[in-house]
Amino acid sequence: MATPSPTPRQAPPLSDQVEFGPGISVSPWLARSTLLRHAVFAIVGAVALGVISVSLGAYRDFQMATVAANVVAVAGLTVLIGLSGQISIGNGAFMAVGGYVAALLFIHLHWPLELIIVAATVAAALVGAIFGIAAARLRGPYLAGATLMLAVALPFFATRFSGVLGGDQGLGFFITVPGFLGVNFSLSRWQAWLSCGCGLIALLLLANLVRSRVGRSWRAVRDDEVAAALAGINVARMQILAFIVSAACAGLGGVLLAIVVGTVSPGLFTLSLSIQLLTAAVLGGLGSLAGAIWGGVLLVLAPTYLQDVVVSHGFASQTTSSSIPIVAYGVVLIVVMLIFPRGIQGGLSRLAGPIIRRNDDAPAAPTPGDDPRAVLTRGDDPPRSPRERTSWRRRSPAADRKEKGRR
Amino acid sequence: MIRSHSARLAAVVAGLAALSLAAAACSSSSSGGGSKGGKTALTNSAPGITKTSILIGSHQPLTGIAAPGYSEIAPSANAYFQYVNAHGGIFGRKIVYKYLNDQYIPADTSSVVHQLILQDNVYAIFNGLGTPTHLAVAQFINSQHVPDVFVASGCECWNAPSTLPDTFGWQLDYVREGKILGNYIAQHFKGKKIGFFFQDDEFGQDGVKGLNYEIPKKQIVAKQSYDPTNIKIGPQLAALKAAGAQVVVSFTVPAFTAIMKLTMLGLKYNPQLVVSDVGSDPITLAGLLAAFAKNKTKGFGNALTQGIITDGYLPSTAETSNSWIQLASMIHSTYLSKYPLDGNVLYGIATGYTFVQAMLKAGRNPSRQDLINAINGGLPQGFSVAPYAYSATDHNGVTGAYMAVIKNGQLVPTSSVFVTDDTPTGAITTLSTSQPNAPASNIPSP
Amino acid sequence: MVEFLEFTLTGLSAGMIYAAIALSLVLIWRGTRVLNYSQGAMAMLTSFIALEVVYATGNYWLAFAIAMVSGLGLGAVVERIVVRQVTGRPPLNAVIVTIGLLIGIEGLAGLFFGGNNRSFPEPYSPNGLSIGKVALGITRNDIFIGVAVLAAAGLLAVVFQYTSIGLRLRATAFNSPVARLLGVRVGRMLTLGWALAGLLGALAGMLVSPSTLLSPNSMDTIFVLGFTAAVIGGLESPVGAVVGGLILGVVLSYAGGYLGSEVVNLFGLAALLLVLMLRPTGLFSSAPARRV
Repeated sequence: MATPSPTPRQAPPLSDQVEFGPGISVSPWLARSTLLRHAVFAIVGAVALGVISVSLGAYRDFQMATVAANVVAVAGLTVLIGLSGQISIGNGAFMAVGGYVAALLFIHLHWPLELIIVAATVAAALVGAIFGIAAARLRGPYLAGATLMLAVALPFFATRFSGVLGGDQGLGFFITVPGFLGVNFSLSRWQAWLSCGCGLIALLLLANLVRSRVGRSWRAVRDDEVAAALAGINVARMQILAFIVSAACAGLGGVLLAIVVGTVSPGLFTLSLSIQLLTAAVLGGLGSLAGAIWGGVLLVLAPTYLQDVVVSHGFASQTTSSSIPIVAYGVVLIVVMLIFPRGIQGGLSRLAGPIIRRNDDAPAAPTPGDDPRAVLTRGDDPPRSPRERTSWRRRSPAADRKEKGRR
Repeated sequence: MIRSHSARLAAVVAGLAALSLAAAACSSSSSGGGSKGGKTALTNSAPGITKTSILIGSHQPLTGIAAPGYSEIAPSANAYFQYVNAHGGIFGRKIVYKYLNDQYIPADTSSVVHQLILQDNVYAIFNGLGTPTHLAVAQFINSQHVPDVFVASGCECWNAPSTLPDTFGWQLDYVREGKILGNYIAQHFKGKKIGFFFQDDEFGQDGVKGLNYEIPKKQIVAKQSYDPTNIKIGPQLAALKAAGAQVVVSFTVPAFTAIMKLTMLGLKYNPQLVVSDVGSDPITLAGLLAAFAKNKTKGFGNALTQGIITDGYLPSTAETSNSWIQLASMIHSTYLSKYPLDGNVLYGIATGYTFVQAMLKAGRNPSRQDLINAINGGLPQGFSVAPYAYSATDHNGVTGAYMAVIKNGQLVPTSSVFVTDDTPTGAITTLSTSQPNAPASNIPSP
Repeated sequence: MVEFLEFTLTGLSAGMIYAAIALSLVLIWRGTRVLNYSQGAMAMLTSFIALEVVYATGNYWLAFAIAMVSGLGLGAVVERIVVRQVTGRPPLNAVIVTIGLLIGIEGLAGLFFGGNNRSFPEPYSPNGLSIGKVALGITRNDIFIGVAVLAAAGLLAVVFQYTSIGLRLRATAFNSPVARLLGVRVGRMLTLGWALAGLLGALAGMLVSPSTLLSPNSMDTIFVLGFTAAVIGGLESPVGAVVGGLILGVVLSYAGGYLGSEVVNLFGLAALLLVLMLRPTGLFSSAPARRV
């Protein structure tokens, strides 16, 4: 069966400027080349982060590094859930694989740091492949259950092989500032630069992947598996690939987290970490890399901020009052979800209006079948409001007209 | 708070200037100077120390799975600090104890400790609780040259003066405890079958290490462990019963000691229990078993704890004539009346006392290194029944304990104090000196 | 042999608790297509309420009844106020909302009841039963647990099959737009579904809290295992939930007893993956429909 060619992107005539945002026009070359555009974003981001890092203190460096580690892991998860439609509550396990492999290579083989990072990412990807193959036929809550048990069962390996893996104590992973930066360069700043740098590279690669043929295949599988299969996409292979990518990102996040904290132990990668990654992905906005950034930032800063507020008011000296930030965090999750059903990024996009006109549609959250007829025949979905839009990104006028004609 | 580098640099320079002025004032005639009449003026001698306060920080499980019991420790230490503050403080400075909740999650521990050191500039980290949690931050604290004193964990890992020079343990470490319990069992249960039941982490494994050093191998018939997240320990206890263990030595936390006793009732299995000090506090256990007292005679919860053999390195709360218990009772009734006077409260007050001892020894205007040197020079015995091991080459705390049995809900000592070390062949000797009394002022002398 | 008997019976008793949680998850999934992560936390909260009743009156059965009623109430309130807002949205929103509920409820329990472990009463003696000289390894309470869960499951089955309310609940679960067209008050049926699930959760909480000691986080692991049991049995089938719970309880009991506590979670994962590889939608599910 012939593989259909992807929808040709209608490039604007070269003489026009492309509207990039309200009042911002860019050269059409930039609009046309995905890689170039993303690279520019990445460089601008790197410079901005560098400036922030230098002007704020060591504690903010530490927070930036932690945020970067989380953002990478959340980005992988949001691609998995938002783009390929598979749920995972076990990405903490892949983070653990990345962290432990890095620590072992560091302690026993003394590889250089860049090689360690790459190797650990690859190792996590491998484990993701194995799990993806095992779970290829699972969908929805069954996949959720399998990934949940994965997250719960993985610490077992650390205790079983405590000689090599350090058991509960874990393994130390203390990197030092490389010589070429000079003697006075603080460790926390190096950690922040390392994490943010790796994070930007990872986001760059992910962004390109999302806009590529692979990304479109994922969306096709997510929206309608059977149609995608009929169109020639190898569904199982795409599912497994999604798991591999998400596991690789989680592994990288795990390495970065291990670098920031300085040790790897089972306590660092608990089930609650996996659940927090899921929360961050959904809160930030599923399927969106900007959403991953919001989610990662929220994940690190919200609990700290809430605790600070409570401590400064003189509470939080005992269990009873320490529970207040916990309740507040739970309420925040619920309220944000109710106010921004598409996550923070979705809410922002809806408020800001169309920013970038694109021709390839990118509906964010998996909403299988908005066709009103399907609701009656399928019968296993709760009633949906017919007014609900599938996409927060503005569609092209042609698609809008097409939809209106259907009603 | 965000501090720029230049602001912090300015603060350090100002501090140094103040210090040098103070030194100059000292070296001039002693009749001059302030109204203290010869005493050195107080200065900002280190980060976290001002003329009026000493800021210390800690990470504690105030909520979450480790909160039961352990969440009482920090408020108890803080209660003792409040007493000291109300009675002159440390050379006139008040101790401000900022302990943050890490929910026993190592990633959160890392986050709050970074905040305490990098943002709040605490003078020292005091009594960080938990082995996996503190291991996530010990290296970082040492790299910042911040004193990491009296870690609330019995892991041997805090005794590492070469790699963690600023870290000190406090409580009787688990290997020592295992040796003392093991020695007792080897002497009093000759020929009986022994089974181990231990928490599957460093606490249990270190304890078993100590037991193995002392109990003859042929007596050990079974070793079963449990995972603290899974309360279904029936299968493991049934396995111990099937192996015929007549004495079960358990390194369990209080919740699991209670569950173990209940499950054994269900299995109709009644071996002699020897429980680690960590999980044998009679008041806590009685509270955990209290619901099974319904319709029965009062204190059924106590009846279930009757006869449990354990050890102790702090005086029993039942010894109301002991001067240390009187001190603790006074603190408890003044500041902590909403908690029972149980093992955790006693532990908190005792560690607080030790910190005050160390600070008083560190001097009027201590730097961070002064505190380290003070502890390296050894500390006098306080609440503990055995001396501390503190020296430049040994960062372990309490070195021994007495054996005891739980009778009628109280801890009753049954032996004198044994001291030992944590090597495989180190002898276990009886302590000849008795515990010195608590100071009359309830505050250690400088 | 005695050991094997003890492992099996304790495993079945544990499995009954997982079955109760699994049943409540299945109820909610069938009715509203939501995975309720806060089920364990809700059970914990109703158990705390029951404990306060015991402290006040000393009467276990009164507390039991009040716990059941609170379970009904809590489930209904949560559905009406929180879950109703996210029905019709992307399904993962409901997941995050229930996670938020989980965190919030545990925080509230810590706030009002403190973080300490509480001893929780049982209706019968904790002493073990034996046949002659052979100790069975279970107590009267374990038998009560089994009877209570099976009775609850049986009662629910009867309600679903033979009453008109049951018919309406099933219709709502099967195809709510059509049910609405046929005059079923779909909203009320959804609330009722959550209320019944809350009741089952409260039951599980009352039955298991004596052996876990009650604290804000005490139901966390029980919930994970109950969820696993539901997935093993197939989220569409109540019978599957009970069978899945029993299988999981027994497998974990053998693993812990014969091989040690370290491997218990690994065996849970292995059992789950094994079942899902053979039947991707659980043991008791019908073949998944392929929509075109």
